[in-house]
Amino acid sequence: MEKFTVHTGKVIPLDRANVDTDAIIPKQYLKSILRTGFGPNLFDDWRYLDAGEPGMDHSKRRINPDFVLNFPQYQGGSVLIARENFGCGSSREHAVWALDDYGIRVVIAPSFADIFFNNSFKSGLLPIVLPTEVVDQLFKETAAQNGYPLAIDLAAQTVSTPSGRAFSFEVDEFRKYCLLNGLDDIGLTLQHANDIKAYEAKRRLAAPWLFN
Amino acid sequence: MAGKTLYDKVFDAHVVRREADGTCLLYIDRHLVHEVTSPQAFEGLKIAQRQPWRTSSMLAVPDHNIPTKDLDKGITDPVSRLQVETLDKNCRDFGVTEFNLGDPRQGIVHVMGPEQGATLPGMTVVCGDSHTSTHGAFGALAHGIGTSEVEHVMATQCLIQKKMKNMRVNVAGKVGKGVTAKDIVLAIIGKIGTAGGTGYAIEFAGEAIRDLSMEGRMTVCNMAIEGGARAGMIAVDDTTIAYVKGRPYAPKGEDWDKAVTAWQDLHSDADAVFDLEITLDAASIQPQVTWGTSPEMVVAVSGMTPDPEQESDSTKANSIRAALKYMGLAANQPINTIAVDKVFIGSCTNSRIEDLRAAAAVAKGRKVASNIKLAMVVPGSGLVKAQAEREGLDKIFREAGFEWREPGCSMCLAMNADRLEPGERCASTSNRNFEGRQGQGGRTHLVSPEMAAAAAVTGHFVDVRTL
Ligand code: SF4
Repeated sequence: MEKFTVHTGKVIPLDRANVDTDAIIPKQYLKSILRTGFGPNLFDDWRYLDAGEPGMDHSKRRINPDFVLNFPQYQGGSVLIARENFGCGSSREHAVWALDDYGIRVVIAPSFADIFFNNSFKSGLLPIVLPTEVVDQLFKETAAQNGYPLAIDLAAQTVSTPSGRAFSFEVDEFRKYCLLNGLDDIGLTLQHANDIKAYEAKRRLAAPWLFN
Repeated sequence: MAGKTLYDKVFDAHVVRREADGTCLLYIDRHLVHEVTSPQAFEGLKIAQRQPWRTSSMLAVPDHNIPTKDLDKGITDPVSRLQVETLDKNCRDFGVTEFNLGDPRQGIVHVMGPEQGATLPGMTVVCGDSHTSTHGAFGALAHGIGTSEVEHVMATQCLIQKKMKNMRVNVAGKVGKGVTAKDIVLAIIGKIGTAGGTGYAIEFAGEAIRDLSMEGRMTVCNMAIEGGARAGMIAVDDTTIAYVKGRPYAPKGEDWDKAVTAWQDLHSDADAVFDLEITLDAASIQPQVTWGTSPEMVVAVSGMTPDPEQESDSTKANSIRAALKYMGLAANQPINTIAVDKVFIGSCTNSRIEDLRAAAAVAKGRKVASNIKLAMVVPGSGLVKAQAEREGLDKIFREAGFEWREPGCSMCLAMNADRLEPGERCASTSNRNFEGRQGQGGRTHLVSPEMAAAAAVTGHFVDVRTL
């Protein structure tokens, strides 16, 4: 997994609540058996005016000029801000892969859906929960300043604005440790293989039908 | 010390290790696998040269990409075909049991698991699919996981997890005639909102839940995730045990007796404490229809679409406006004036035998209305299909003008050829009405099987109780 320590990037404001994973990456792209290549289809239905299918040359498609990702001032942005319940719906990790492949490293919202939130950490995408008023403020500041950047420091657990204000955020200790060090959690879990075996042995005696 | 909730009991029984910060290694009993969210996980195992920890815990089935007609032609879309063939190959390479296309047991993963008895009370069940919450109907702790977690479970038989909070939704009293499990769960989501259950495991309880069959309980738990909760659960009782008995993967003989004894404890203790409790009055629930682009945008069939001008919260007013626009509806429009183009009866929410019986009872002796371009019934599995045909349900549907299809996810998410065209309106028994879910620009209204059949034969939404 990619490490995440500090990141400074331009903000893309996606002013919507309940952004679902079907919207983040529509189902036709889930037919891929790869982990990469989803970036051109991030928010496909909103981003393009024509219907997209896998295997198309997406650079030749009709762009929706009214969708924020296509605004010239947000090109190259890597910090997405959105409203509550970001990532609801399907468990597709392809949503995280699409954001990552596009170049997004951080998503900031007042709340996230559980599965999306969990999936994010696995691919080095940092989801940050900030209070609604703060997110609102960030939307206003992004609108007011061209190329508005935010600086995210995972070790310090802060999001800093250009004016020097810092907002702190919560992150689970274990997830933070894995992200900071770019650790593969399968490797970490397998260090406890003996515990897993011991649990299984005990359980097999008590509830053998679970192992059929 | 306060008693334990059902969720506490199942979670605690599966903790392999608990770290100081509460992060747990949770043992997984059953891992269901389908073609869409597994290829990258299998590939990860191969790259790291790892073997699955316990293949006997795994059961695989292709469902999302499967065509629902002309199966003799195979899967014609090459991208879909490759994904299904990749699952076949991975299962062969790693020795995982798979119900391939053509096997009568093949079907939607969440229909197949319980049908096989592969989902048992008290188990932890995961699948790379958010509607894994379905299996919670058996008093199992079941939830969706992402592909990295699929790989993690394959390699270690465990998930890294912190305990969720406990919520109980009580549906008190009895529902009226013609009100189904689907209406109950839509009413719950309408009340708590799509994020109302975020961070919680929900236990559904109360007389109206106890009264439901296992099929109905699965419908309710299936949509826990639409209320934001990864897991929905229902306590084990005689209904649960009767359903499980005799199924292929269910315990037999002496094991069965031991299991049944153990399952008696799978309910919340009387003094268990919930972080949040919500009560709905069953008698007041009417047949529900969603009008918008999120499952929480739902009203009774006798109601009408909302008016954004009446909403004081500007973010909410904006989302009502956007949803009405996408759905091609006006504010204050009575639901029973909305005409539909297509009808879809199927999906892991409502494609079990009882759902098909209920829809057939409405379709019987009637005809699909002339404005309906397509009314289709897609059974949840090959076994459901066979059972329905034994009961003559296929004939009832065909005579009424419905298409009778092969099992799979079908137009629930339109990864195969079954989809809505832009602007088409669908009465659907599935679980998500997101923009584009059933095809780009398609408009989905979620309803019960009875209500979908009623819409098919009248051409518009109508209270099935008045037919
Ligand atoms: S039927 Fe629909 S919701 Fe259920 S598993 Fe298939 S695609 Fe997902």
